[in-house]
Amino acid sequence: MLAIGLAHYLTVGAILFVLGVLGIFLNRKNIIVILMSVELILLAVNLNLVAFSAQLGDLTGQIFAMLILTVAAAEAAIGLAIVVIHFRNRGTIEVDDVSTLKG
Amino acid sequence: MSPMNWTLATPEIVLGIAGLLILAAGVIPKKETFFPVSMAVIGAFVLTAVLVIGQGEGTAFLGQYVSDAFSRFAKVLILLGAALGVVLSLDFNEKAGIGRFEYAVLMLFATMGMLVMVSANDLMSLYIGLELLSLSLYVIAAFDRDNPRSAEAGLKYFVLGALASGLLLYGSSLVYGFAGSTNFDQLADALAGGTVGLGVVVGLVFVLAGLSFKISAVPFHMWTPDVYEGAPTPVTAFFATAPKVAAIALLMRVLAGPFADLAAQWSQVIWVASVGSMLLGAFAAIGQRNIKRLMAYSSIGHVGYALMGLAVASDIGLRGVLVYMAIYMVTSVGTFAVLVAMRRKGRALEQVDDLAGLGRTDPAMAMWMAVFMFSMAGIPPLAGFFGKLYVFLAAVQGGYWVLAAVGIGTSVVATYYYLRIVKVMYFDAGDEALDARPAGLTVVMTATGILTVLFFLFPAPIIAAAQVAVAALAG
Repeated sequence: MLAIGLAHYLTVGAILFVLGVLGIFLNRKNIIVILMSVELILLAVNLNLVAFSAQLGDLTGQIFAMLILTVAAAEAAIGLAIVVIHFRNRGTIEVDDVSTLKG
Repeated sequence: MSPMNWTLATPEIVLGIAGLLILAAGVIPKKETFFPVSMAVIGAFVLTAVLVIGQGEGTAFLGQYVSDAFSRFAKVLILLGAALGVVLSLDFNEKAGIGRFEYAVLMLFATMGMLVMVSANDLMSLYIGLELLSLSLYVIAAFDRDNPRSAEAGLKYFVLGALASGLLLYGSSLVYGFAGSTNFDQLADALAGGTVGLGVVVGLVFVLAGLSFKISAVPFHMWTPDVYEGAPTPVTAFFATAPKVAAIALLMRVLAGPFADLAAQWSQVIWVASVGSMLLGAFAAIGQRNIKRLMAYSSIGHVGYALMGLAVASDIGLRGVLVYMAIYMVTSVGTFAVLVAMRRKGRALEQVDDLAGLGRTDPAMAMWMAVFMFSMAGIPPLAGFFGKLYVFLAAVQGGYWVLAAVGIGTSVVATYYYLRIVKVMYFDAGDEALDARPAGLTVVMTATGILTVLFFLFPAPIIAAAQVAVAALAG
C-alpha cells in the first residue's frame, strides 16, 4: 500500500489550482464556469492549508481554511449578483460578449 | 504570543460599529437617505482619523494586528482619501440616479478593509482586510447597475480580483507550509538570513502576483483601463486614490517585514514590474481619447514610479514611496474632482476633447486642472516633482541607474499627454460652457490644488512623518 503523504496532497492541490486558472483563461463560453473555476482555486488553497496544518501539527492552517471558506461564500454571492445585473443589461452571459469596454 | 489587547484596534472597531449603525439608520426612513448617510460616513471617517492619530503602539489579537507609526501614517492618508471620495460622489450620484445610501456605507466598509490591511501582521488578517476591501469595491464598480458599462466593469473587476485573491492565497499557503507560520514576526525569524527553500520563494512570487493585481502593476494591469472607464466617475476617483495607497502600503509592509531578508529575490520582481508599469503608463496613454481611460494608464505609470522606490529596498527608497503615494493621492483627488465636474446640459462627459475651451469658459477649474497635470508630469516646483525627486534620488543612491533612466525617459513621454490636456483646455476652440459645478467639488479642487502648489514650502513635516513611519516598518 502506498502511504499518502504531504507531496500527494500538494500535487492534487497544484493540479486543482492550475485547472482553476486555465478554466478562467481558456473558457470562452460562460461566466458561470469562471465562478466555478474561482471556487476550484480556493479549494486547492484549502487543501494545501489543511495538508500543511496536519504535517506541521499546527492549527493555524485549519483556521485559515475556515476563514477562506466563509469569505469564498460571500465572494460567490457577490459574483453571482454581478452576473445577474450583467445578464439583465445584455441578455447574455457569454464570455466573448463582455467586450463593450476596449481601447 | 501577545495577549488579545483588543482595545488597541479601537479605530477599526469604532468604524465598523459606526458602519453597522449607519446601515441600520439608512433603511428606516421612507425616502432616500443618500445625503445624510454620506455626511454620517464622513463624520465616521473624521472620528476614526482622530482615534488613529491618538492610537497606541503594539500588537493585538494574538499578533494578528499591529499598530505603529507606519500604520498610522497610511491610515490617516487612507481616511483622507476616502472622505474626499465621498464628497466627490455627492452631487454626481444624485444626478446619475445612483444616489442610494448603500454607496456611502460600502465606501465605509471598503475603508475599514483598508485600515485592517495596513495594520495586518499576519497572512490571515492581510487576507481578511483585502477581501473586505475587494468585495466592497466589486459592488461599487457595478453600482450604476442599469448601465451596461458599469455592470461590465464590475464583472471584469470581480473575475480578475477573485483570480488575484486566489494567487495571493495559494502563495500564502505555500509560505505557511514551508516557513511554518503565517505570523509576520515569526516569518521574519524563520526567514532570517535569506537562505530559504524553493517553496517559500514560489509562495512569495504568488503573493507578489496577487498584490500586483491590486496595485495594477504590469503585468497584472489589464483590468485597470476597462474598470476605470466603465465605473461611474466618483467610483473611479475612489479606486485611483485610497485603495491604491492601502495596497502599496500593504506591499511595503509584507516585503520590508517578514520577507526583508529575501530582498535579493523580490527586488528583481519589483524591478521588472516597475519598469514595465512606467513604460506602459507612458506609451499606452498617448492615444487615449477617453479621459478616464487616460487616467487609468497614468495611474499604472505612477505605480511604476512608486515601485521604483520599493525595488531599491532601502529606507530612503521606502520613504520615497510613502511621500510619492501621499502626493499622488492628493493630486489624483484634485484631478478627479475636475473630471466629476465635467457635465454639460446634465450629461456627464468623459472625452478629453470635451475640455476644449475650458480656459475661457471656466478659468478657475482650467487653472487647477493645469496645476494637477503639471504636477503629475513632475514639473517643478509642484508637488509631483518632489514625489519623483525622492524616488529617483533613492534609485540613484542605490545604484539602480537603469530604473532612474527609464523613469526620467517615461516622465518625458508622459508629459506629452498631460500637456495635451492643458493644450485642449486653453488653445482648442470649445463648445459652450460646462454646467455650474457644485460647491463641494470647488472646495476639493481648490484645497488639493493649493496643497499641490504650496508643497515646496512645507515638505519637511511630511518627509519627517514618512521617515518615522519607515523606521517603524524596518524596526
